Amino acid sequence: MIRVVHYINQFFANVGGEEMAHIPAEVREGMLGPGLALQQAFKDEAEIVATIVCGDSYFNENMDEAKKTIIEMVKKYEPDLFIAGPAFNAGRYGVACGAIAKAVKDELNIPVLTGMFEENPGAEMFKNDIYIVATKNSAAGMRDAVKKMAPLALKLAKGEKIGASIEEGYLPNGKRVNFFEKEIGAKRAVDMLLAKLNNKEFQTEFPMPDFDRVAPNPAIKDITKAKIALVTSGGIVPKGNPDHIESSSASKYGKYDIDGVMDLTEETYQTAHGGYDPVYANLDPDRVLPVDILREFEKEGKIGSLHRYYYATVGNGTAVKNAKAFAEKFSKELVADGVDAVILTST
Amino acid sequence: MKLELGYIHIKDIQFSDVSKVENGILYVNKEEVKALILEDQNFQKADVDLAKPGESVRIMPVKDVIEPRVKVEGPGGVFPGMINKVETVGSGKTHVLKGAAVVTTGKIVGFQEGIIDMSGPGAEYTPFSKLNNLVIVCEPVEGLKQHEHEKALRFAGYKVAAYLGELARNLTPDEVEVFETPTLTEGLKMYPDLPRVAYVEMLQSQGLLHDTYVYGVDAKQILPTMIYPTEVMDGAIVSGNCVSACDKNTTYHHLNNPVIHELYKEHGKTLNFVGVIITNENVYLADKERSSNWSAKLAEFFGVDGVIVSEEGFGNPDTDLIMNCKKIEAKGIKTVLITDEYAGRDGTSQSLADADPSANAVVSGGNANEIIELPPMEKLIGHVEVADVIAGGFDGSLHEDGSITAELQVITGATNEMGFNTLSAR
Repeated sequence: MIRVVHYINQFFANVGGEEMAHIPAEVREGMLGPGLALQQAFKDEAEIVATIVCGDSYFNENMDEAKKTIIEMVKKYEPDLFIAGPAFNAGRYGVACGAIAKAVKDELNIPVLTGMFEENPGAEMFKNDIYIVATKNSAAGMRDAVKKMAPLALKLAKGEKIGASIEEGYLPNGKRVNFFEKEIGAKRAVDMLLAKLNNKEFQTEFPMPDFDRVAPNPAIKDITKAKIALVTSGGIVPKGNPDHIESSSASKYGKYDIDGVMDLTEETYQTAHGGYDPVYANLDPDRVLPVDILREFEKEGKIGSLHRYYYATVGNGTAVKNAKAFAEKFSKELVADGVDAVILTST
Repeated sequence: MKLELGYIHIKDIQFSDVSKVENGILYVNKEEVKALILEDQNFQKADVDLAKPGESVRIMPVKDVIEPRVKVEGPGGVFPGMINKVETVGSGKTHVLKGAAVVTTGKIVGFQEGIIDMSGPGAEYTPFSKLNNLVIVCEPVEGLKQHEHEKALRFAGYKVAAYLGELARNLTPDEVEVFETPTLTEGLKMYPDLPRVAYVEMLQSQGLLHDTYVYGVDAKQILPTMIYPTEVMDGAIVSGNCVSACDKNTTYHHLNNPVIHELYKEHGKTLNFVGVIITNENVYLADKERSSNWSAKLAEFFGVDGVIVSEEGFGNPDTDLIMNCKKIEAKGIKTVLITDEYAGRDGTSQSLADADPSANAVVSGGNANEIIELPPMEKLIGHVEVADVIAGGFDGSLHEDGSITAELQVITGATNEMGFNTLSAR
């Protein structure tokens, strides 16, 4: 039997309204208030072993202490799952549900779930940290909320695969999950276009993200003194691809010593990139990573020097998040090595 | 322009002494097909195999999938400019071996070739697991460069598909569908009150094995232009590319373009489908600017109220997708985009390489980076050892028991951006 601890506020525990919002956390054995409906939906699969009641003002005004106390209370019952709310559109209750659920997840490492209206401030604050079921904006939506929360809670407790937000009913959490729609994409596109043309409501399947813009650094004052490094997403690696950098969706980058290397040749270097015809890059890898020209410039004094190491990855289908993490790591090394400028080559 | 498609439903495929279609069974003479492939001196060896729905069969690395068709009435032949003369196709009658396909495989050309599983979890993601496939395994001569290898394999596929299509020439179709697109002025008169809609089809043209051909012309070299939807059904557009398997449009996809079919279903009822604008996805900024200017200009010129834009590939072409969207929306024309996502294996990364607030209506074909486990199959056609190096695979993708752990990207057609499948992501 899955053991559940449930968190609710003073109002849903029938202690009182705003006038009782100051009460500190207390534990009641078994279920209470909305727990009854949840318990019914769990059938024999899970049992609410305890309910923690806490005033909304108390929680929000004494958050650190409240969290500490409640975590101790939860721990005692050794639950497999923690549920908070649902909070609907109650702002302080929503924040409390989100905060305590996240704290329990982080501290006790058990699955947690809460529910609230999408415009509850707690939703924006915690939807990327914990699963928050989207509910209606008032307690009139309790039945609907329980209908969505109970099955998702059981799935979480059993460690089953959690489907896409639209299937499971949780608020989109910045984590894209695949699922099968009823209609094919082309039909969905035609339906969406007809709705858009007729000024009817439609929902995009992919909301556009806010985009990073990187401001360029000031120009190098004297390039003839500058130490230049090469970094590429074109996949140029020593022959044999010693680090096994993937041809697409790279999970790593390589750092390679080119001390004394004057020219990249077919015999010594190659591309690991899977996104273009490799013939010309393999014949002369300088086409992607211009070591030969920079060596000439170095000799002629057109640049200060070429940095001893170059960094390479494959930019083909590689997640932006991965690319960012690579650069965060090696740019520190570049700075530490006294590199003044980097030539980034892509393909 | 009016085209009648006559479907001959294929329920099974078998080898036989004589190639023919009888009672819904496609019989194939293996030796004739082999000889056809080996006409090309670029191949030193050819084999032919069968893969049917539900079988424990894995085909890889898959290059292209082609549906056998034959023109029985009207000008031209299938795949004009490739294996037939450059005649304007798309009118008259065409017979289709519905439920059958030619799948090309053999030594890997580049990296971006895919997997078709005929059963198991992988089969759910590829439409080609539902077809009776004639798999041609073509092995190139030593030293053949990738682009020459790609071309030879591409033509082998068309030739074999046309050879099978020819078997349907004198058959009576089990089912007939008629598609007709009137001229612009006729359409206006016929449906004065319906919103006018065009389909903007982006063709993969990044080059270096990322090419698409229109009547034999490399799409890199076209300016965006107009094509009747029925021309596409006769093979006016064919795939020649090695973009990641999940979101490349195979020749099969072009022949059965679902956006065209869905728009035809609504044509004359809720909208007036005026035609297809084809544009490309070149890598130079000037080309991107020019082509998106042109697609927006054509949409304006056709006086449409809305367009559906489909992408092919990902990353670099995301910029073309967004440019098309921005410029078309700026003309007061409503857009819906079809794309797929590269949100990382955990789904938390940015899905597209470009974005714009005007792209407020997007259909997603799913996250190509999501990991999938493919169990071992009893039979393998092609070369399974490339699992670690194809796009979407990684070091250790192929396990000792023959199972594969890889990104969905490896599965042919899995996140198709013409909206061929039901897969999506949220």
